Amino acid sequence: MKYIIKKIGTLILTLFIISFLSFLAFQIIPGDAALSRLGTDATPEQVEALREEMGLNAPMLVRYGNWLKDFVSGDFGTSYSYNMPVSEMLAGKLPITLVLTALSFLLILAISIPLGLFTGSREGSRLDRATMMANQVLMSIPGFFLGILITAVLGLGMKLFIPGAYVSYREDFGGFLYYLIFPAIAIALPKCAMGVKMLRSSVIGQLHMDYVRTAYSKGNSQHRVMYHHILKNAMIPVLTFWALTISDIVANSIIIEQVFTIPGLGSMLIQSISNRDYPVVQAIIVMVAGLVVVINFLVDLLYTKIDPRVTIE
Amino acid sequence: MRKRFETKIAAEQSDREGNKFMKKKRKNYNIIIGGTIAAAMALFVLVGLFYTPYDPDAMNGSAKFAAPSLQHFFGCDQFGRDIFSRVLKGSGTTFLVAVSTVILGAGTGTVIGVLTGYIGGWFDEILMRINDVIVSFPSILLALVFISILSPGKYNVILALGIIFIPSFARLVRSEYIKNKNLDYVASARLMGVGKFRIMFVHILPNALPTLLASVAIGFNNAVLAEAGMSYLGIGVQPPDASLGRMLSESQTYLGNAPWCVIFPGLAVILMVLGVGLLSDGLQKRG
Repeated sequence: MKYIIKKIGTLILTLFIISFLSFLAFQIIPGDAALSRLGTDATPEQVEALREEMGLNAPMLVRYGNWLKDFVSGDFGTSYSYNMPVSEMLAGKLPITLVLTALSFLLILAISIPLGLFTGSREGSRLDRATMMANQVLMSIPGFFLGILITAVLGLGMKLFIPGAYVSYREDFGGFLYYLIFPAIAIALPKCAMGVKMLRSSVIGQLHMDYVRTAYSKGNSQHRVMYHHILKNAMIPVLTFWALTISDIVANSIIIEQVFTIPGLGSMLIQSISNRDYPVVQAIIVMVAGLVVVINFLVDLLYTKIDPRVTIE
Repeated sequence: MRKRFETKIAAEQSDREGNKFMKKKRKNYNIIIGGTIAAAMALFVLVGLFYTPYDPDAMNGSAKFAAPSLQHFFGCDQFGRDIFSRVLKGSGTTFLVAVSTVILGAGTGTVIGVLTGYIGGWFDEILMRINDVIVSFPSILLALVFISILSPGKYNVILALGIIFIPSFARLVRSEYIKNKNLDYVASARLMGVGKFRIMFVHILPNALPTLLASVAIGFNNAVLAEAGMSYLGIGVQPPDASLGRMLSESQTYLGNAPWCVIFPGLAVILMVLGVGLLSDGLQKRG
């Protein structure tokens, strides 16, 4: 319990630091938000009035407080380029990125757990070595290039999907999921390679433990020993890796969304960076970073379930 | 990070004990293949710095989408630019960005890691908390924040990625120092009256070097991939500098009719990362 409270404390602190840093980062940018909104031919009086209205004349900590208060209540400011509330612009985007992330993560688990256990238990076999080689190659491919290859082979070649023909989840949820599978593969494959490699070495470390021998001697089948006894122990070091993977998935989805022209948070982020639309950039960054931190927190909690020893420290 | 290494080491130890005799006969293919690829890529980059068969930016209307041939090894792109020359130049940019990034990240990270690991105390506490926050951010996202504040360009990419890489190096070096600082050789050096900084950098650093080098290789590969990704998004290296990532994003639409526009720049990135990855894996296994 003490452990959980400590973790919640760290979570809140981290969220605070993230929000403060991202607030600070966008304060350093040269240029005046009021001026850039009014355009260059505004009179100094107009600019001054707008500065007052936007609260830009207040001290920084006060502005941070106001900004945070607005942010928590769902008001992310107004976009410079489109002159509409940022929250409205982002409303439909978050689910897309979330679904893509979840899909990629499930794919990673579905591929790397069986493969990691399998290669770990047959260390040194031809199949193991082939998998290791394939892993090394996969890890070297940039995600977006893999995405391009997938559009070429699965899309243009095998005609499994039409590249660029994104289906909105509001119109056709099934079609939306189906379209997202392909970018999810592009995100997942390089991470699977890492996942298999780590689970494999973790499994190898467990194979000769006493509890494994005991489990076998009690008459468990190899499959049962693998999935019910070894997996749980081998997962402990790998779990941290999976938590880190999630932040990588989110980061990669920013790039992959461009390859598959998916109108998610990533595309919007890139577009806003090129337009220098800071309120949008800020909102997305805080959101994504917050998401990652919360997921990490959940993984920490999961950790206590899998390995109760961590709470003792 | 440390945990990851430890499991790896444990796995490799059992590996070694298990089939000692098998191991002796089997060649270390990782070193051979990785070394060859890395050497070839290094040569490629080196040549590209001084010589390209064509001007990488010269457009030639009659050679639009020319297929690979003896005149143009890798073919030509939508403006009739020679892809071989462009890949040569682009690999050079990518390589230089990655190397500078690693130097910046590993250099600063090592100094911070040495100080926090050896001296410890409140200084260590504060830096490690900052570290935790930075590590929890996805690195590309952080790079994007930097770029959106600094504006895109080669040097800003180096700066952004370099800063992002500092924490992981700092952490690694710190854990090595914590492990080493209570060992006998450090105590005996201290008893002989060796200065603090001499102990840190002359006595302990060489012992931390093998671990550090392994993560330098990983860092280099991450830097190559990150630079390519950022340039692909159009917020990395900017136009006068050739870039593999941007070549890929420009030619992506021509994949169906001129696949060589996409394949060769992509292959250059992959080989660069694969060569270094295999080589460092092989060296670790041997060493």
